[in-house]
Amino acid sequence: MMTTSDVTTDARKVASSSAGNLGEQPITAGELNATGVCAWFSGRLVLEDVDLFMERHAVTALIGPSGCGKSTFLRILNRMHETINGAQLAGTVELNGEDIYSPNQRATWVRRHIGMVFQRPNPFPAMSIEQNVLAGLRFNRIKTSSKADLVEEALTKAGLWTEVKDRLSNMGGALSGGQQQRLCIARALAVRPSVLLMDEPCSALDPASTLRIEETIADIKEEVTVVIVTHNMQQANRVSDNCAFFLSENGKPGHIVEVGSTVKMFSAPNDPRTLDYVNGRFG
Amino acid sequence: MSVLDEAPTSQSPLEPDQTKDTSPQRKPIKVRDFKPSDVLLLAVTAIAAYSIVWIIFDQLTLFSGEFGFVVTWIVVFLAMYWFVNLQIYGRHMAVDRLLGGIVTIGALCMILPLVLLIVYIFSKGLPLLSLNRFTQTQAGVGPLSPISAGGFLHAIVGTLEQVALAALMGIPIAVLTAIFLNEIGGRISSSVRIVVTAMSGTPAILAGVFIYSIWVLTVHDYSGFAASLALAILLLPTVTRGTEEVLRIVHNDLREASAALGAPDWRTVWSVVLPTARSGLVTSILLGVAVSIGETAPLIMTVFGAQVMNTNPFHNPQAALPLVVYQEIKLPQKSAVALGYTASLVLFILVFTIFVLARILGSTWLQNTLRGRGKGKGARLDGDVEEELFSVALAPAMSFGSGEADVDLGYHYRPDQEDPT
Amino acid sequence: MTITETEEHQPAEGGAAGPTPIKITVRRSRTDVVYRRIAWTAAASTFIILVLIGVFLYIRARPAFEYMGYWGFLKTQVWNVSGVHPSFGVGSALLGTIILAIISLIVAVPVSIACALFINEYAPRKILGFFPAKGLLTSMVDLMAAIPSVIYGLWGFFVLQNSMKGLSRWLSDYFGFIPGFKVNTPVYTSSLLIAGTLVGIMIMPIITALCREVFSLTPLGEREGAVALGASRARVIRDVVFPFSKGGMIGAIMLGLGRALGEAIAVSIIISLTFGPPNHLLQPGGNSIPALIADRFGSGGKLGAAGLLAAGLVLFFITLIVNLIAANIVRRQEKKRA
Repeated sequence: MMTTSDVTTDARKVASSSAGNLGEQPITAGELNATGVCAWFSGRLVLEDVDLFMERHAVTALIGPSGCGKSTFLRILNRMHETINGAQLAGTVELNGEDIYSPNQRATWVRRHIGMVFQRPNPFPAMSIEQNVLAGLRFNRIKTSSKADLVEEALTKAGLWTEVKDRLSNMGGALSGGQQQRLCIARALAVRPSVLLMDEPCSALDPASTLRIEETIADIKEEVTVVIVTHNMQQANRVSDNCAFFLSENGKPGHIVEVGSTVKMFSAPNDPRTLDYVNGRFG
Repeated sequence: MSVLDEAPTSQSPLEPDQTKDTSPQRKPIKVRDFKPSDVLLLAVTAIAAYSIVWIIFDQLTLFSGEFGFVVTWIVVFLAMYWFVNLQIYGRHMAVDRLLGGIVTIGALCMILPLVLLIVYIFSKGLPLLSLNRFTQTQAGVGPLSPISAGGFLHAIVGTLEQVALAALMGIPIAVLTAIFLNEIGGRISSSVRIVVTAMSGTPAILAGVFIYSIWVLTVHDYSGFAASLALAILLLPTVTRGTEEVLRIVHNDLREASAALGAPDWRTVWSVVLPTARSGLVTSILLGVAVSIGETAPLIMTVFGAQVMNTNPFHNPQAALPLVVYQEIKLPQKSAVALGYTASLVLFILVFTIFVLARILGSTWLQNTLRGRGKGKGARLDGDVEEELFSVALAPAMSFGSGEADVDLGYHYRPDQEDPT
Repeated sequence: MTITETEEHQPAEGGAAGPTPIKITVRRSRTDVVYRRIAWTAAASTFIILVLIGVFLYIRARPAFEYMGYWGFLKTQVWNVSGVHPSFGVGSALLGTIILAIISLIVAVPVSIACALFINEYAPRKILGFFPAKGLLTSMVDLMAAIPSVIYGLWGFFVLQNSMKGLSRWLSDYFGFIPGFKVNTPVYTSSLLIAGTLVGIMIMPIITALCREVFSLTPLGEREGAVALGASRARVIRDVVFPFSKGGMIGAIMLGLGRALGEAIAVSIIISLTFGPPNHLLQPGGNSIPALIADRFGSGGKLGAAGLLAAGLVLFFITLIVNLIAANIVRRQEKKRA
């Protein structure tokens, strides 16, 4: 039977494979290493020479003013960038040492192991809450010994279980915005990815939901490496262990100005532009 | 999407509580452009115009017929209405009122034939409708038979078989073509679009002519199947464009979410896009079917019509409901005309039922109701989709909804939607 | 595992200096490949169907063209397909089709545009305090478009004809000097005028629906700008809605025209088919290509059949051109909206 992960790479030994029982595999957070990443949209260079190492068991925040390529970079990390018409990229991205853009690698496999949560919550409206959570397993034909346990585990990690445990068969769209986003997080976590990418996940939500999601991030970071793009500096400060500051000046392509631990970046960064940004002087 | 969800109150403590309105005088002002005095003006003008025309008609007898009367009345009314409004409100407003009057009359002229038609069909057909219409065929009915003799069971069977076969052949191809155009794309996309447009403008009779030349002349046989082929040709572009429309409207966010979970293209389409678009799909298909049931022209030269039952759609002529109407009402026998009336009533009810069904199934109201407390966010479809679907289906060639799709690995980013940086 | 379809995607662009994009190889699962192939086949088959139709129709219709010649076929106004010296052509049918189309447009266009304006601009929110006017009216218009043409034909034959007899008589009595309006005998049924009016009624919902849609797409900003300057509704329509919707209206009208050109059943029910130049609009007689095909089908032997198919080919070309032009206009309007 055809499975989606039919390429033998080392990465597969670390992350759970689609053959075999999901519940028994240990979940290991992965590490991502990006070198020399560039991005084009229809011939226009928007990201130039980005190097970033995102360590496992940690939360890396990508901060910077809007329009400097943070989300583009994020999408390069899980091979979503190439779905845009006219988009091109250069450089290498390695998950646990394996090049995700290698010709032998399937994009679908990469995306399963590097999950993503989007800015606007997008639960599948034609599926119930339960089906939403299990959607990733269905798509990748992953078997699990107990669906109910998995659903509970994912929803609990996302901080949604107590609110929806009695109405798992309600439609996915019939939740509030914050609940929908947490459902999306649960859905992404259900396939046990090594890395979870979050593209401004709280920007469309109210403060209470934002807080819940930040709690979730703190809970999961031991199991899943988190890379989060955020406009909200306070959030970056609260949530992340490391920060990368992106900037694009005067229409030039975006690049990384400085990378460091969050503590350092927010108190005594090396670059004056970083200092200006974290003090709110621009952006 | 910023919905205040679990927050207990939605007010800051500094704002006064405005949820309770204690003052009894608070009533919203009704802003009306057309005041009650204007309504009176309209009525008086209409009556005055009527009287004048009545006099002209009665005394001068220059024109004749009720048609002419009504036309003259309208003309005189509009003239008087313009003049009166000019005196009271001045030119600018008078133009507006006049246009309002013209436009309203135009709308009435549009609705009037519809109402008259429906009333006529029912008033003529209903008295002649009896059970034997549904249980008998025309076998044994001759020129001397009474009015109530005979029935169109064979026609009903024929129509059902023909439409069913046409749907079976046409709908899968149409839906797959729409999926290709919207989800996959390719070098042949623009050519296929042109072809679909060309096909959708094809007159119904030409579909019959085509199949006649390809099939009937080749196998030397009229058959229900030949009619199905012709109906499928008519069905195809309607369902294709309707489906494409619905697929286009499914929000791209959902495709992205599915891709990000590692789903291959076909999975995304099968498990996410199609279920989300389901009600729109059903509407589109039902509309295609409704229009097929009523088509008469292609049946003339493919299925030919029959007086007796023929349950085999692949061999020999068959009857069909619209064909019965066409062939019987011009015959001199009263029984034939009676059969035509009843058949047309049944045909109308059939088409109307499917039409209403399509409208109900496609409506967002039903979607929301079935989905529980989804406040419209569940459906991810625009509320006006049903309107567009209907105009796409019923207008021969095009509505304004279709556009070019960007082609890439099966996903669709429209760069104008949001800047992905 | 077999390596399945590999698609070269986004070839590398070399800049003079600086980074160059990488080639991304797309690997699909077998199911994905199959799915794409099936969908492609379905889309391509629509293409093949159209080609097949054109080819076969031409093959079968050729004997008629060979016999009469292309120009002869278009010109000849009689239809004698049997006998010693057959001579037939779509001349009078073509002329009749055009006349019918003109009459139907004259009837349909003003009413349709007026109705579309009413629905979009002038309709009150609720009629009689309860019914949503706009939705109800739109549904009725859509219903009109869905009613089978044979039912229109029935109604036209028994009801409309009688109502229009008076009008026809009036026209011939007082406007008989206009060519075509004179009648030789005082019979006013089965005429081109009545058929044209009926077809006009049939195409009204199509034009209305599309015009309504175009009107509703007028940008709100432009409307509000005019209203803020004190424009009345009529002013807004004249200065904002119409300029914006010009293309769409024309497209809608052309689509209605395309439909009118192809209407067979209603016309053949009303008209008693005659040949020769159509110089009488108000008395029995007239012709149109679809009505010709519907009426003469089955008679005339091989040559007759070929002749009818040839007539179908002519009609196909005409409607194709009209519809493609209409689609083009509509697409331009669509681009304006986006």
